[in-house]
Amino acid sequence: MKNTKLLFALLLSCGIFYILNNPIGKLPPLGIFLNPSTGIWQNEKNESISGEITIPGLKDLVTVHYDAQLIPHVFAQNEHDLYKAQGYLTAKHRLWQLEFQTYAAAGRLSEILGEKALDYDRSERRRGMGFGAEQSVAFMKKNDPKTLQLVQDYADGVNAYIDQLKAADYPVEYKLLDYKPEAWSPEKTALLLMYMTKMLAGRDKDLAYTNMLGLIGQENFNLLFPEYFDITDPVIPKDTDWSFIDVPQTKQPENLVVLDTTRASLPQPHPDNGSNNWAISGSKSASGRPILANDPHLGLNLPSIWFVMQLSTPQHNAFGATIPGALGVISGFNQHIAWGETNATRDVSDWYKITFNSDGTKYLYDGNWRPVTQRIEKIKIKGRTAFQDTVRYTHHGPVVFDKNFKSDKERAGYALRWIGHEGGNHQKTFIELNKAKNYEEYVAALQYWTAPSQNFVFASTAGDIALWIQGKFPNKWEGQGKFLMDGSRSENDWQSFIPQTFNAHTKNPSRGFVSSANQHPVDEQYPFYVFNDGYETYRNRVINDFFQSKDTFSIADFKNLHNNNFNLKAAELLPFMLKQMNTELLTEVEQKLYNEISTWQFNNDIDEVGPSIWDAWFDALKDLVWDEFDQKEITLTQPFDYQTIHLLKTQVEHKFMDIVATKDKKETARDLFLLSFKKAVKAIKEKEKEGYDWGKFKGTFVGHLLQALPAFSRFDIPIGGGRSIVNATSTNHGPSWRMIVEMTEPPTALGIYPGGQSGNPGSRYYDNFIDDWAAGKYHRLNFLQSDTQSEVILGTQTLIPTKNE
Amino acid sequence: MNKTILNFLATLLLAVLLSMFLPWWSVMLAALITAYVFPLENSAVFWTPFLSVGLYWSIYSFLLSSTNDYILAQKIASLFPLNGNPYLLILATGTLGGIAAGAGGVLGRQLEVVLKTKNAN
Repeated sequence: MKNTKLLFALLLSCGIFYILNNPIGKLPPLGIFLNPSTGIWQNEKNESISGEITIPGLKDLVTVHYDAQLIPHVFAQNEHDLYKAQGYLTAKHRLWQLEFQTYAAAGRLSEILGEKALDYDRSERRRGMGFGAEQSVAFMKKNDPKTLQLVQDYADGVNAYIDQLKAADYPVEYKLLDYKPEAWSPEKTALLLMYMTKMLAGRDKDLAYTNMLGLIGQENFNLLFPEYFDITDPVIPKDTDWSFIDVPQTKQPENLVVLDTTRASLPQPHPDNGSNNWAISGSKSASGRPILANDPHLGLNLPSIWFVMQLSTPQHNAFGATIPGALGVISGFNQHIAWGETNATRDVSDWYKITFNSDGTKYLYDGNWRPVTQRIEKIKIKGRTAFQDTVRYTHHGPVVFDKNFKSDKERAGYALRWIGHEGGNHQKTFIELNKAKNYEEYVAALQYWTAPSQNFVFASTAGDIALWIQGKFPNKWEGQGKFLMDGSRSENDWQSFIPQTFNAHTKNPSRGFVSSANQHPVDEQYPFYVFNDGYETYRNRVINDFFQSKDTFSIADFKNLHNNNFNLKAAELLPFMLKQMNTELLTEVEQKLYNEISTWQFNNDIDEVGPSIWDAWFDALKDLVWDEFDQKEITLTQPFDYQTIHLLKTQVEHKFMDIVATKDKKETARDLFLLSFKKAVKAIKEKEKEGYDWGKFKGTFVGHLLQALPAFSRFDIPIGGGRSIVNATSTNHGPSWRMIVEMTEPPTALGIYPGGQSGNPGSRYYDNFIDDWAAGKYHRLNFLQSDTQSEVILGTQTLIPTKNE
Repeated sequence: MNKTILNFLATLLLAVLLSMFLPWWSVMLAALITAYVFPLENSAVFWTPFLSVGLYWSIYSFLLSSTNDYILAQKIASLFPLNGNPYLLILATGTLGGIAAGAGGVLGRQLEVVLKTKNAN
């Protein structure tokens, strides 16, 4: 009896121990998770911003002042200490995000999330993310050990933080997913930069275009996908003189396009990834000082992609937005210059069809068989045995799709030639930009930048403004890489690169301003082939028109432009659509919405209903126009909005307007307007209860990096704007950092982003910028000129070296 | 001193001490040891450590959370989902700690019974 009771008690204890010590279903191990001494209750706090911390390997003291925005102002005595401190502080405030982003980059999410991430991980590995990161580290090792040492210093700083962590101090996401942080390394910084490269230079439609070409033929393809639009207003002004370029464009070989159809495609970056930046010269500025602005449009996430810091040594003093994992300020200013980036997308990823020999170990190239190299990708999976994938590499790059992955062709494969695999010294560009004092040093810093290509805007206290489109660009023949190419012929390879000094740029143009908004980099006069890689056609015109509208501009004008909600796209099509509609065919409800949208003045403000109706209408319309491309068997794509609108207005009876499914009827654009309007009204009516004003209809949210885990995200943020609008805030995407810098001495700056400095959902600094950001407000950035105390400093932390080192 | 109160206080003290360097199951261990040293009878074997650790975990989590305006507790409580109510999360925390300790107490008591019988023989 006693033993039976003991056995029962033992089983009870073991059972309860098991239940509380292990994840059950989606729940974390509850005993660990809720234990007040080590679980999430320990994360219920703000961050410490005072005291002394010992960091091994520091050469000298580092002072860190915090202001009311929890921005660390770092005063180090040398660059090694500076980047060690940056690594330490970034880990302190953003550790989970810092690490998670590199897991995502490396295709390691299965380790944390389990089997559901396996397909994603395989794609990332096959895309060559890890391979590219290794190339970058190898490049630095060989060419620039000095920069690599700084990257190592950053890693040491991150690790100094991780090493002193107790399990109780782990960020809450580790506790939720039940894993531990691992050591940081220079490879991880390289992976982070690969992640950015994928996000900004990973867009590619070559395979979809190849399918399209097979489906509709060359003539139609050219109609739907023109290289230039009639209204192109390029980044580098049209009148730029290119006569200094003495290298010709690569000659086009006599070659046939490989016609092929594929179902495969890689996960694509968000189509709206883009940005605005501009700078005006002193002559156009109300104060006589140049003013520069930047607002990168990225996914709206918590923790935010940006972490704002001041990073200084006695030799330099930089301030602005950093990215956890990368050294230095990415978009910001120092005492002499300011800089910012927008994406300068170019076609830097091309696909080659590979022909393998019978056992798949060799591939055909100029009539010979070349061996492939194999890279084994071992993917660890939470709660399961690891998955092993073998990726074959050709001289083009990794064979992403083959019989093992998303393709059923026995002896063919699709290899990716991507600038991300090229290796490079990206980190040096930012380390040098942070220290640059003038135009010459800015240009010198840019030369190291290979990808993702960016429009680097520049302004200096000396009065210069400039914009360089910097990246490493293949010198392509006319049309090269638009479609899948035959990988067995050397003439299809990238033949050479455009010499860096011939990258398009402009300095102090006569119009008094520079700007970029992801539009065409140049017009057709530029002597190298530039493929239309989905260039934006609306924001840039609103911005450039604005700067041509009057003589001088102030900070207030810059703020207004950032927050400008004018919908040029709607303004160019909607009046035409409204006129074409036969309103007699509308029901009473439809008539009401028709009247509502008729009075709309094309501003995407939150309290308007016009933008909601327009949005639903245009979406429905596009699906009707391009119904012939809605196919499941092969990957296709829709033409760009600008061309769609152009055709709707000028080719109302083109056969593409016809709806394929209605065999007995031939529709025109006019019919489509009516049909899509009726669809739009239906969609709107479904949302009528909650209201369909633009704020609610759009429902902007800032989502936590873990699939927008609702508890850690912010929803229904009242902010206007939308796609193709200067205030590019769509549902979960938009201005991720707004910065305005006036080049006074020292510069005066404003900045804000939709998040907060802390990565801890338990901190009040987690999302405290969001409301002001949505309201179009800015925070003054306290650019401290020395490490002495001042009234803006709330707390000071001193990082001290370990004694006797 | 009343044996129940003695057990209650000893469990509490030991749980607090052990939790400083052991994981969450320190509360099970604390209850087990206490139950062995200060044996109780009937349902008190379970409920005394349950209340002791239940209070410890509830009060500790309450203290941590209330000084931070329940910012995180509200979020975790909507994750679970407990309707975003931080007090429910505190209650759940206390209850789980209590159940773990209660089970430890029962095991400790049964060990005491079996081992003591053996010694008596």
